[in-house]
Amino acid sequence: MVKFLEYAGRPFVGILEEFGRVMLLFLSATVWAFRRPFRFRVVFKQMETVGVNSLTVVLITAVSSGMVLALQSYYGFRMFGGEGLVGATVALSLTREIGPVFTALMVTGRAGSAMAAEIGTMRVKEQIDALYAMSVNPVQFLVMPRVFAGILMLPLLTIVADFVGIAGGYFVGVQLLDINSGIFMARIYEMVTMDDIFNGLIKSACFGLILSVVSCYKGFYTTGGAEGVGRAATQAVVISTVSIFISDFFLTAVMF
Amino acid sequence: MDGLDLEIPEAQITVILGQSGSGKSVILKHIIGLMTPDGGEIFINDTDITKLNERELNEIRKQFGMLFQDAALFDSMTVGENVAFPLVEHTRLPKKEIRRIVEEKLKQVGLEGATQKMPSELSGGMRKRAGLARAIALDPKIILFDEPITGLDPIMSDAIDALIMDTQRQTRATCVVITHNIASTFKIAHNIAMLYEGKIIEFGNPDRIRNSGHPFVKRFIRQEAPGKCPN
Repeated sequence: MVKFLEYAGRPFVGILEEFGRVMLLFLSATVWAFRRPFRFRVVFKQMETVGVNSLTVVLITAVSSGMVLALQSYYGFRMFGGEGLVGATVALSLTREIGPVFTALMVTGRAGSAMAAEIGTMRVKEQIDALYAMSVNPVQFLVMPRVFAGILMLPLLTIVADFVGIAGGYFVGVQLLDINSGIFMARIYEMVTMDDIFNGLIKSACFGLILSVVSCYKGFYTTGGAEGVGRAATQAVVISTVSIFISDFFLTAVMF
Repeated sequence: MDGLDLEIPEAQITVILGQSGSGKSVILKHIIGLMTPDGGEIFINDTDITKLNERELNEIRKQFGMLFQDAALFDSMTVGENVAFPLVEHTRLPKKEIRRIVEEKLKQVGLEGATQKMPSELSGGMRKRAGLARAIALDPKIILFDEPITGLDPIMSDAIDALIMDTQRQTRATCVVITHNIASTFKIAHNIAMLYEGKIIEFGNPDRIRNSGHPFVKRFIRQEAPGKCPN
């Protein structure tokens, strides 16, 4: 019986251990954020990588999501003459859920995998040892700027995603499906509150934190050469994605 | 490592010689504090670095320069930025002065004009040179070389050996080189430490090693097939 429990519990212990290590890396990055030297150039570079360079994929994803949402909800609402609610539905879904979640997923795929691969390569090619040898703390130099960029840039990207998503919904609803433009907008003003938008942005900051810490963690503890780097990048994406979905449920339960 | 005892003389080149997988790199990583020993002490001058916290260790590390096996240049930076890295991090020198030092160090290793190149554009030998330029950027008192000629052709190996000797002559730094290459060792070493099964089994100048009576040392120098040492 004890043996069985040991066997069955091993994966959970493993997960808990890994979670603990991720948290320790996050704590270490937080502590190092307040210590000199402050490398603003490195931080701006990461903000560019995480934010600016992800903009195109986020725009495409958001605009198509808004358009699809408008199409789908139009067919539902038309059955009982509620076409005017399409705008509000699109806006609420985007600000509360689709904006933050889809943005986080796209950034995970683009920037998260790159973080794990880049830091992982630095680990296997002894560049992290070289940082230590040159008296530069690699958590401060590599992890902290990426986590900071993740937390800051995700909400900014989400604002853009919300906006273009609603614009996409407007285009489909008003231009293609002939919903009255005034009603479309009025319902949005009526039903979407600032809380919806802010809570969505808080969510996206949490997602930014999760994806950057997980990806940096996976890269930082890479072992096993080129194969290990590939594995780290894959795991970074898988674990970040799953963590984003799980945390989304809890954040939604708390917020709304 | 098992009861390893080694004193490295100042301002000379000491080569730690041993088989692949004998723990040579581990010694080097202990010297610069990248690894901590399970037991024992490591003194840099008069400071036992095993008892230091990270901040104190970082101060000690500023006396070091290290050339890693594959040079460990940062891929995302140019050669010039790589060499400038320790200067930017640890000095308040103006940009112009940093540029001057970078060019001087690159010239010293025979890489003038490579400032704007990316590490991926360099050959193995050039990467090592750039790595050495970065290692000596802060004029360190101690320079560590992790297998400096492994993976290089004989001509380039010879050039790197010459570079190590030149660098030591010019800087008067304490150099620790780990290698398994006999020819290179006898060419550059003032002292040789022979590592076998986690212990230093012989230490001294090249002549002493050449005339050593230890069976493993004899076998290693004659480059006979590896095998368990008789005693």
